[in-house]
Amino acid sequence: MNAVEYAKPQSIDDAIRCLTNAPAGARVLAGGTDLLVQLRAGVVRPPLIVDLKGITELRRIESTAEGFRVGAAVAGAELSEHAEFSRQWPGITEAFNLIGSTQIQGRATLGGNLCNGSPAADSVPALIAAGVRCIVVGPSGSREMAVEDVVTAPGKTVLTTGEFVSQFLIPARAAHSGDAYLRFIPRTEMDIAVASAGVCLTLNAAGVCTAARVSLGAVAPRALLVAACADALIGSTLDDAALAKLAAAASAACAPINDKRGTIEFRTKVAGVLARRAATIAAQRARGN
Amino acid sequence: MGNEQEALNLVNEQVEYKWVGTRPIRPDGADKVTGRATFGADIDLPGMLTGVVIRSPHAHARIISIDTSAAAALPGVLGIVTGADLPELPNEVAAGGEAPINFRYVSENAIARDKVLYDGHAVAAVAATSVEIAHEAASLIKVNYEVLPHVINVLDAMADDAPVLHEGLITKGVEPAPTKASNIAGKTEFAMGDIEKGFAESEVIIERSYTTEAVHQGYIEPHAVVASVAADGMVNIWCSSQGQFMIREFCAKLLGMDIGRIRVTPAEIGGGFGGKTTVYLEPLAVVLAQKSGRPVRMVMSRGEVMRATGPTSGTHVHIKLGAKRDGTFVAGEMVLKYQAGAYPGSPAFLGGMTGFSCYELPNAKATCWDVVSNRPKCAAYRAPGAPMASFGVESAIDELAQTLGMDPLELRLKNAAKEGTATIYGPKFLQIGYVETLLAAKAHPHWSAPLGPNQGRGIACGFWFNIGGPSSASVHVNEDGSVSVVTGNPDIGGSRASMAIMAAEVLGMELSKVKPLIGDTGQIAYSFLTGGSRVTFATGMAVCDAAKDVVRQLRTRAAKMWKVTAEDVEWRDGSAFCTKVEEGKDRAPLTLAAIAHAAARTGGPISGNVSINAAGAGPGFGTHICDVEVDPETGATRVIRYTAIQDVGRAIHPSYVEGQLQGGAVQGIGWALNEEYVYDANGRLQNTGFLDYRMPVASDLPMIDTVLVEVPNPGHPYGVRGVGEVPIVPPLGAVANAVSHAVGLRLTSLPISPPKLLAAIDGAKAAG
Amino acid sequence: MAKHHVTTTVNREPVELLCDPSATLLDVLRDELGLIGSKEGCGTGDCGACSVLMDGRLVCACLVLAAEATGHEITTIEGIAEGNTLHTLQQQFLEDAALQCGICTPGFIVAAKALLDRNPDPTETEVRFWLAGNLCRCTGYDKIIRAVMNAAAKMREEAVHG
Repeated sequence: MNAVEYAKPQSIDDAIRCLTNAPAGARVLAGGTDLLVQLRAGVVRPPLIVDLKGITELRRIESTAEGFRVGAAVAGAELSEHAEFSRQWPGITEAFNLIGSTQIQGRATLGGNLCNGSPAADSVPALIAAGVRCIVVGPSGSREMAVEDVVTAPGKTVLTTGEFVSQFLIPARAAHSGDAYLRFIPRTEMDIAVASAGVCLTLNAAGVCTAARVSLGAVAPRALLVAACADALIGSTLDDAALAKLAAAASAACAPINDKRGTIEFRTKVAGVLARRAATIAAQRARGN
Repeated sequence: MGNEQEALNLVNEQVEYKWVGTRPIRPDGADKVTGRATFGADIDLPGMLTGVVIRSPHAHARIISIDTSAAAALPGVLGIVTGADLPELPNEVAAGGEAPINFRYVSENAIARDKVLYDGHAVAAVAATSVEIAHEAASLIKVNYEVLPHVINVLDAMADDAPVLHEGLITKGVEPAPTKASNIAGKTEFAMGDIEKGFAESEVIIERSYTTEAVHQGYIEPHAVVASVAADGMVNIWCSSQGQFMIREFCAKLLGMDIGRIRVTPAEIGGGFGGKTTVYLEPLAVVLAQKSGRPVRMVMSRGEVMRATGPTSGTHVHIKLGAKRDGTFVAGEMVLKYQAGAYPGSPAFLGGMTGFSCYELPNAKATCWDVVSNRPKCAAYRAPGAPMASFGVESAIDELAQTLGMDPLELRLKNAAKEGTATIYGPKFLQIGYVETLLAAKAHPHWSAPLGPNQGRGIACGFWFNIGGPSSASVHVNEDGSVSVVTGNPDIGGSRASMAIMAAEVLGMELSKVKPLIGDTGQIAYSFLTGGSRVTFATGMAVCDAAKDVVRQLRTRAAKMWKVTAEDVEWRDGSAFCTKVEEGKDRAPLTLAAIAHAAARTGGPISGNVSINAAGAGPGFGTHICDVEVDPETGATRVIRYTAIQDVGRAIHPSYVEGQLQGGAVQGIGWALNEEYVYDANGRLQNTGFLDYRMPVASDLPMIDTVLVEVPNPGHPYGVRGVGEVPIVPPLGAVANAVSHAVGLRLTSLPISPPKLLAAIDGAKAAG
Repeated sequence: MAKHHVTTTVNREPVELLCDPSATLLDVLRDELGLIGSKEGCGTGDCGACSVLMDGRLVCACLVLAAEATGHEITTIEGIAEGNTLHTLQQQFLEDAALQCGICTPGFIVAAKALLDRNPDPTETEVRFWLAGNLCRCTGYDKIIRAVMNAAAKMREEAVHG
């Protein structure tokens, strides 16, 4: 690791300026739990590291009428400790509580977990299922986009030079709706997700599903938002037939790889199982809301 | 949470000891819980350089050239070493470490000569004034490789057309010797009785093959060394190791130096489990220190540890077990094929010696194949070779029990080894405690606890010889009556506490006044390394002998002070008592402190110094019970209850003995469920860190209940048996048997990772 | 390459140092400040041997740049005891024989303290999951978990009776 500089801008504009003027390869730093590993492995050699944690908007959790505005450099543990947020969004909360270990959760951020671009990132399917949007700031101004549109391929995002995600917009919990996130790992903690599913759904007074979003992680080059899974649920009471259809749709949507963490066959099968189980939990929560 | 398990421990003799069997706080504890204890990477010397190793990215390649000129020219680079800097050693086997050793292989493994034989094989090393410069210099070293075809797995490596690692390697132990070199380094056989006849007489035969993958010892502390060579050629080494004398000997051999030139100080060791019973960085650090004239520190990264230090063998195990319908074992055969890694020396023969040893088996044969392949050279891992063979045998016995409709524990009791049972490797057992462990298992609440859906219970047993060997100890009486106990074995699991306890017991004195120290090679006479479950037994015996000699001297000194003879002096509870009553002579008891104060007048310093070659190490046996719960939709397996029962001879410090059972059991659980080396098509290791080399974490496990069965070993003053290695032998079978019962399928391939298990479950469902 | 200036507090003492911008907090704790109690077991945040507290929050020092420590309070294993009076957790680890080789012990003690600071009465499951990021290869975790629970009980007692 040589010739790395470190900067800590105190405002969004300063950060944009810093990144735009930097030599090629400059990287933003939020939690550091991915960047420092890559630095040490020599996978990246950034000439400049721009620490975003000095920017107030990126470190805040705000409750608004529309829901929550969470800074991209808020750590997962901090989000979990926000009583109102974790009450409304247990699925997103449990996703953040599954990233790595307690030590990792103390640092890993919303922005980092998304923009690192790992297909197995734990928070992403939960955020996608919840319909979370994010604000991207950069030299050409700011734009809003759905979380599912940020990552294009493993390690790759739509962000261009000077851009970074500043905040996440999470809707307020709708009545009779609930979310859940499940992932499969061989141990009980510490592993990267082998397959994961985030489900958010709404039930009407008769217990019929009127809206649903199902997102799968670690089974494709990026987290998927699977319309066919939503279709399997919408209009049903989440009976066994609907859940079986959901699982089949989840498996059908998978395009995973064989690697040291799981086989194609395994991931495909388990994605279906997790989607079904997560939908069941989300429905229980919806009935309680 | 109390230690309810203590009540379940079985003590065979009611002997009252003052300290033996108690649980005092360990003497090195304060330093370890405050971060003060000095481990290898913590040592800092003035002017110290950082050394970094350059490693092969290829699984198999010829080294055409190494160009170090650009690195040498970099300011701050003060030393570079390549294979050319180390002497050539003869290709022969010599005594050393825990088993006979070919030092040429050790040397070539530490730094390659004409070929690299695995991804991570060291090719060169460089020392520089900072970590950054050292890494930059490393990147400037240009190695020209001719990449060769490689082979990774044991069966592939044995094939006729496999790429050959060593051009001159002719299989040993095969008659007639082959004419062509191959990767089959050797074959060893053990036999007793007549297995052909035995199988012919058998009424039921179980025959199956099993596989296990390479697993690493997984110590949390990477290898670390600081070496310093003075202008007069004296070498000082501080390092994490399992034996300072072994380090000294190995460095002397590899570097062509006199042993007396080298002094090795053992740092605290952050785990070893057998993996630190050899050298990797140490000779390189010495050469760099020599070349630069400065101390050099070298510390491995986790990736280097995984790629380039010895895991244990992955294996192919074939078992054939024949029995009568009433469950009596008649014949057993095993064929073991073990990966040695890049150089010969797998523990296959130890698997052959131990696999059947829990049982009366009149006809037995073990054929053990040692096979090289393009993986790191394997190193000892806790009961080397035994867990894999035991996995096969214990699985076969479990299947036999199912076939016969017999309780698996009763089947083992029926055939259990006892005093007088012959072993396949020669000796007959003296007093052993195996049956006692089975009976303890039978009586344990775990064995009869109910199971729920998707849960299964497995039982398995294991054996390890344990060794004695050379150990030295010095017991010095300080001027104030406190006592120093100096030994030469790194404390890997709490042995310092046991040394102090044994010395205090012999001397009859307050434990708090006994301070154990670990001497460097200049401060204590030769001790064989910490391993083989030998320290509490052999070094403990030396401590006892030295303390007994001190008692003899104390009695002599007291006699002088009283002007009587030594026969008139008794030693009891830390004081001398005069048994001769004389009119007008006031002879109040003399405390150790009083005698110590007067030592200068009565003959000088009081000290006992002993070197022994301890014999009479008792073998150890364990019985483990494991409950698992399987998620049939995902293949996830959780261990929900585990009990480890072992004959421990006598537990000097029961907490640390329990710790050995618990730690070994959990290593075995990891081996059975999730740990394995994963290679890609290019022969490069894919899981070089703790993220994807999956060792058990705290949330994976329940409490590990233990039962210490004490059948004292008559060969030791306090009845000690080695305990450290046995606990890793049964878990592979116990876990596999538990999963097999949970899912109703026989699992024969470790690790039982979820994708494998799910495929087996789904496959069985599909087959109907 | 210009050195980076770091102003921070370590174990309640002000610290000022110059370091490489790419140096980690673990590097400077060990190599600049001589605080060798935090260990490098893996360098990638997977073993917890380098656990420290940053403003009371449990983190891996190998995943924090030294530069990021400016303006924060770092607590290492060396800051857990009060002078030579061991913290209840440290004492309990010794009494319950919750260490064998001791290399993971500093990380576990710091991590356990972070837990008990937040949750003085954790269940066994809560303790195990909190500590899942701390690897131990020697003990199988049993005695560590018992020590943490026993220490928690003693600390609750101390809080009531002073």
